[in-house]
Amino acid sequence: MESLILLIGAALRIATPILFGALGETVIERAGILNLGIEGTLLLSSFVGFVTAQAADSLWIGLAAAVLTGIALNLLMGFLVVTLGLNQHVCGLGITLFATGFALFSFRLIYGGVSTPPSLDESFQPLNAFSGTAFAPLFSQHWLTYVSLLFVPLLSWLLFRTSFGLRLRSVGEAPDAADTAGINVFRMRYTALIIGGTLMGLGGAFLSLAQLGAFTHGIINGRGWVAIAIVIFGNWKPWRVLAGALLFSGVQALQLRLQAEGVPLPYELLLALPYLLTIVAIAIVGRNASYPAALLKPYRREG
Amino acid sequence: MSFKIERVPAPVWMRPLFIVLAVIITFLLVSTLVLAAGANPASAFYELLINPLTRTGARADILMMATPILLTGIAVAVAFVAGYYNIGAEGQLYAGAIFAAWVGVHSEGMQPYVAIPLMLAAGFIAGMLWALIPALLKAYLSVDEVVTTLLLNSVMLFFVSALLNGPWRDPVSNWPQSPTIATSAQFPVLIPRSRVHFGAIVAVIAAAAAWWMLSRTRFGLELRAIGKNKDAAKFLGVPVRRRLIAAALISGGIAGLAGVSEVGGIHYYLIGTLSPGFGYTGIIVATLGALSIPGVFISALFLSLINRGAISASRELSVPIYLSDIIQSVLLLVTLAALLLSQYRIRRER
Repeated sequence: MESLILLIGAALRIATPILFGALGETVIERAGILNLGIEGTLLLSSFVGFVTAQAADSLWIGLAAAVLTGIALNLLMGFLVVTLGLNQHVCGLGITLFATGFALFSFRLIYGGVSTPPSLDESFQPLNAFSGTAFAPLFSQHWLTYVSLLFVPLLSWLLFRTSFGLRLRSVGEAPDAADTAGINVFRMRYTALIIGGTLMGLGGAFLSLAQLGAFTHGIINGRGWVAIAIVIFGNWKPWRVLAGALLFSGVQALQLRLQAEGVPLPYELLLALPYLLTIVAIAIVGRNASYPAALLKPYRREG
Repeated sequence: MSFKIERVPAPVWMRPLFIVLAVIITFLLVSTLVLAAGANPASAFYELLINPLTRTGARADILMMATPILLTGIAVAVAFVAGYYNIGAEGQLYAGAIFAAWVGVHSEGMQPYVAIPLMLAAGFIAGMLWALIPALLKAYLSVDEVVTTLLLNSVMLFFVSALLNGPWRDPVSNWPQSPTIATSAQFPVLIPRSRVHFGAIVAVIAAAAAWWMLSRTRFGLELRAIGKNKDAAKFLGVPVRRRLIAAALISGGIAGLAGVSEVGGIHYYLIGTLSPGFGYTGIIVATLGALSIPGVFISALFLSLINRGAISASRELSVPIYLSDIIQSVLLLVTLAALLLSQYRIRRER
C-alpha cells in the first residue's frame, strides 16, 4: 500500500509536464493543426523561464516568461501554417529545430561551457499536504501539478460544453462550414494556438522552475513526442489524455523504482512500451480514430 | 486603384532566385544572433561560407558530413514525393546501423568486396523492415504515418540503448558500444588523410538511382501522381496502396544505408549517439531541395558547408556551434515561405 502511494505520487509528478503538453496539443489539434513544434517549444519555454527567473530573481516572472515563450512559438507556427498555409509537419519540425538550436545557442552564450547544470537558488517547492500521514507522498505535489490536473475538467468543459468549444472544434472538423456559419477560422485557430502555447509554456516551466530547479540540455528528452502520442491515445479528449499521461508516467515511475531496487531488467524496453501501446491503440482504432477531420489541412478562403 | 493578389506561379527560371532570396533573408535574420554573440556578422559569414572552401581538409570534411544527410535527404524525398510523410528516417537509420554492425562484427576473414556489400544489403533490409510497420498501417488501416514513424524513432533509440547496455556492450572497454567491426568490413578511405569514405560513393549512387527512378520510370511517375492527387491516381489505375508501401520501403532502405555508412565509414562500431538527428536533417535537406534529387544533392552539400563553417566560427569567433541548427531551421522556414510567395503575384488594378 505504502509503495503504491509512493508510486502514484511519483507518477503524478512525472505526468505533469507531459499532461500540460498533451492538453495544449489537444486544443491545437482540435482546431485542425498538428504542432510538431511542441518538443522545441517545451525546451525553449523551460530555458527562457529558467534564465528569466534567475535574472529577475523571481520565479513568477520566470513562469510568465515561459508562458510567453510558449505563446510566441505557437504564434510563429500560426503565421506559417494558418496565415501562409504551409506544410504542418515540416513547419512544426522546423520550429522544434529552431527552438532547440536557439535555446542551446543562448545557453552557451550565457553560461559558457559549464560542466554542472546551472540551478536556481530557490525553486517552487512541493506543497506540504497531509504531512505525517501515509498519504503525504501522494498529495505533496507541486502546485503546478494540481493546476495541470485542474485543466483536465476545465478543458473538457470548454471544448465540449461551451459554444466556444463547439466553434473551436468546428474549425478543426469542417472549416468551410464553420466559415459559412460566420466563424472566423483564422482567428479561432490562432486562439487555439495561444491556449495551447500557454499550456506548453507551463509544462516547460514546471521542469526548470519546480521539479528540477535547474536547466540541462536534455531537460525535455522527448516528452513532446510522448505528448503527441498521448493526444492520439486519448482520442483528443482531455480525460482520456489524462489517462494516457498517467499510464505513461506510471510505467516510468515503476521502471525507476525497479531500477532503484536493482531488479535486473532491460528498462529501455519498459520505457518503449507506452510508445508501442500507442501505436497498437491507433492501429486497433484505425479508421475509427476520431481525428479532427481538417487536421493538417490549411484553410484558404476562395475569392 | 487597388491591388489584387493572384495565384500565378512565377516562371521556372525565377525559382532559384526565390531560394537565393531566402538565403539572404536567413542570413540577415541570423546576423542579429551573431551580433548578440559579440562577433562581426561579416567575419562570421566568412567563416561559415567561405573559409571551409579554402582549405583542403575542410573541403574533405564537407564531403564526409554530406554523406549521411544526402542519404537521409534522398530517403525523405522519395517518400514525400509520393505524399508519404516518413518522419522515421532517424529510426530507420539506426535499424540499418544495427544490422550493419552485426554483419560487420561477423565478417572476420571475409574479403572487403564481400563484407561491405553484405553490410549494405543488410542495412537496406533493416531500414525497410523498420519502415514496413507504419507503411502497412497507412496502406491498410489509414493510420497517419507521421505519428507512427515519429514514435518508432523513439522506440528504436530505446532498443539501441537496450542492446548496447545489454548483450552488445563492448566486452573489452565495457562502454555502451558494440564490438568493433572486422577490418575487412571497414569502408576504404577515398581521399588520403581525410575521413571521406566509401559511403560517399554509396550516397552518390543512391542519388543517381533515385533520380532515375523518380524521373525516368513509370514507377516514379506513378509515385509523383499519387503525391499530387491520390484519388486521381487511383482513378487512372495506379495501385496506390502497393506504390505507397513501395515508396515507404525504398525510403526506409535508403535511410538504413545512412546508418551503414556511419558504422562502416566513421565509427566502426554502433553507439547510441551515432546520429545527431541525421534523419530529421534529411527532412530539411529534402524540403530545401524541393524534393528533386539534384536539389537534394545541392542542399546536402550546402548544409554541410554551414555545419563545417559553424565549427570554424565557433573556434575562431566563439560563436556557439548551435548557430548551424538555427541557420538550418530558419532557412527551412524562410524557403518554404519564399516558395509559397513565388506562387503568387500582386497586380495593380485601376
